[in-house]
Amino acid sequence: MAEYLQLLISGLATGAIYALAAIGFTLLWQTSQTINFAQGEFVMLPAFFALVAMKTLGLPFSLAALLAITMTMLLLGVAFKKIIVDPLIKQGVLPLVISTIAVALLLKDGVKEFYSAEAQPFPAILSDKAEAFLGIKISPAQLGVLGVAFATIAALQWFLGGTRTGRQMQATAQNPTVARILGVPVERMVLLTFLINAALAAIASLLISPVYLVKFSNGETLGLVAFVAAIVGGFNQVRGAIAGGLLVGVIDNFAGYLMPAYRQALPLALLVVIILFRPQGLLGRREERTV
Amino acid sequence: MSRGLAAALVLIALAILAAAPLGLGRYDTYILTLWLVTAVAALGVNLIVGYAGQETLAQAAFLGIGAFTTAIMTKAGVPFAVAFLASGLFAFVVGLLIGFPALRVQKHYLAFVTLAFSVFVWLLIRNEEWLTGGVMGIKDIERPSLFGLRLRSAQNFYWFVLAITALLTFAMWWLVRSPWGRAFMALRENPVRAESIGVSVRGYKLLAFAIGSAYGGLAGALYAPLVEFIDPAPFALGPSLLFLLMVVVGGAGSFLGPFIGAAIAVLLPEYLRFAQSYYLLIYALLVIVMMAFCPTGIVGLAKRLYAARRGKPAPAQEMKPLALGEAQP
Repeated sequence: MAEYLQLLISGLATGAIYALAAIGFTLLWQTSQTINFAQGEFVMLPAFFALVAMKTLGLPFSLAALLAITMTMLLLGVAFKKIIVDPLIKQGVLPLVISTIAVALLLKDGVKEFYSAEAQPFPAILSDKAEAFLGIKISPAQLGVLGVAFATIAALQWFLGGTRTGRQMQATAQNPTVARILGVPVERMVLLTFLINAALAAIASLLISPVYLVKFSNGETLGLVAFVAAIVGGFNQVRGAIAGGLLVGVIDNFAGYLMPAYRQALPLALLVVIILFRPQGLLGRREERTV
Repeated sequence: MSRGLAAALVLIALAILAAAPLGLGRYDTYILTLWLVTAVAALGVNLIVGYAGQETLAQAAFLGIGAFTTAIMTKAGVPFAVAFLASGLFAFVVGLLIGFPALRVQKHYLAFVTLAFSVFVWLLIRNEEWLTGGVMGIKDIERPSLFGLRLRSAQNFYWFVLAITALLTFAMWWLVRSPWGRAFMALRENPVRAESIGVSVRGYKLLAFAIGSAYGGLAGALYAPLVEFIDPAPFALGPSLLFLLMVVVGGAGSFLGPFIGAAIAVLLPEYLRFAQSYYLLIYALLVIVMMAFCPTGIVGLAKRLYAARRGKPAPAQEMKPLALGEAQP
């Protein structure tokens, strides 16, 4: 029993990280029709920024983390929007989708060629030595991940629902034309979405890196998990991405325990089950078919 | 272009391709054969992406399904012809099975499902050692013989693959020009209208995906005896993404596109050795630039240049950027 509770808690901890990546993915899809197939690489890259900052520049972790988040927001937020998305969305959704796949390859191989093909250890701020707590073993690192991830999600929820800018962003996501008529600065909101996505990816990256090592190919699995979390939760809802992320994280952890060889097959199984029985996702609203 | 001229051009191209290995060594002939095999799989991707407006991220997985089916069957003593057809049929059925749920939902779900499927197939090949040999793979796959003629040599096998490629290309040509093919294009250009005149959008998309995947399986059946040793690596997610990109670079929705795309993906890294380690980076950049300025790929670019030189605007149909994928915005 205690064993399963432990699996549940560590599942929630990884799930919270998946949720961050899934929320960013959902926000981008909703506000800018950008189906970002490079989302996994977006989570892979920031850890390398932090590594460079610590190893080459000799910065302490806190500054390195801050630098990594800033770099990510500039590069994978602003530059990604201006250089990739803006010119390509004019050509249509498919060229854009293909380009994000190319971006994924570019980031992955760029890191492999110019940094390292080997998995890099990433310093842990909190110890991952589990301590018994009411009979359940939890490590400070897990608690830290849970704390930071949930604080980020709560802050985002507050921002989206509780501030004027946040509500303008939601309006942009739901109906850009009407939002524009109502005086919402749609362009600025879209840019803000890209910045938020990059920040979420960077935070997810810093949280997950002490758990898995930092490797150029990490994006493949992370991306797939983020897509599945978004779809399972219902991709038209931020709440959906949170629920989807947590659920995928928990199931993933149990699968890793019960059938380790086929752990990575889980996304396919989950996708098929969801599509067959609840295509709009667990929390999603049914969208009217445009055909 | 008149029908007769087109037929003559096809015959000339075939003659050149048939004569090509005469002046080439063993290794170059092997690379040329690999190009043909890649082109067969790319033809399938082109049907799915270029004609039906869907995205597949699992063509290498279907290649793997075909390669392992053929390797296992021929090792068990089944004739190659049977194994070849079984590979295509198996990929077709699997295509139906994963396409059916994915195409129930709109948007880009097929891309996500094929992405997950690709990971799953790779795991299967790696883990089920009793069947696939796991990471050790399957060694010493026999090349088939034809009417008692051994196809062991690189040249003979090249001609064999060329003949099959020509047949499959002709079949695809027939398919996209048949009423079926017109239905594919109708649903790409205007799904609402297609549906209103009685084209079953979902049924045709599913069929296009399954046939395209079957081409992947058939290419795999040729790949296994070509390389004579298969392991999980060439059937992973990366190669699947590359298949999609090569078709788009070549020109999705045009008939020559897959051949040109496959040539760039197979021949260039072989002959541009200096660029080998940066090959993928250059390729990815090329794709992005291409998508931004000429989403119809190299074929579209060539048509545009040709039209510009003759001082005529290109036909409107060709100038239109590839409007795939946003069948449903």
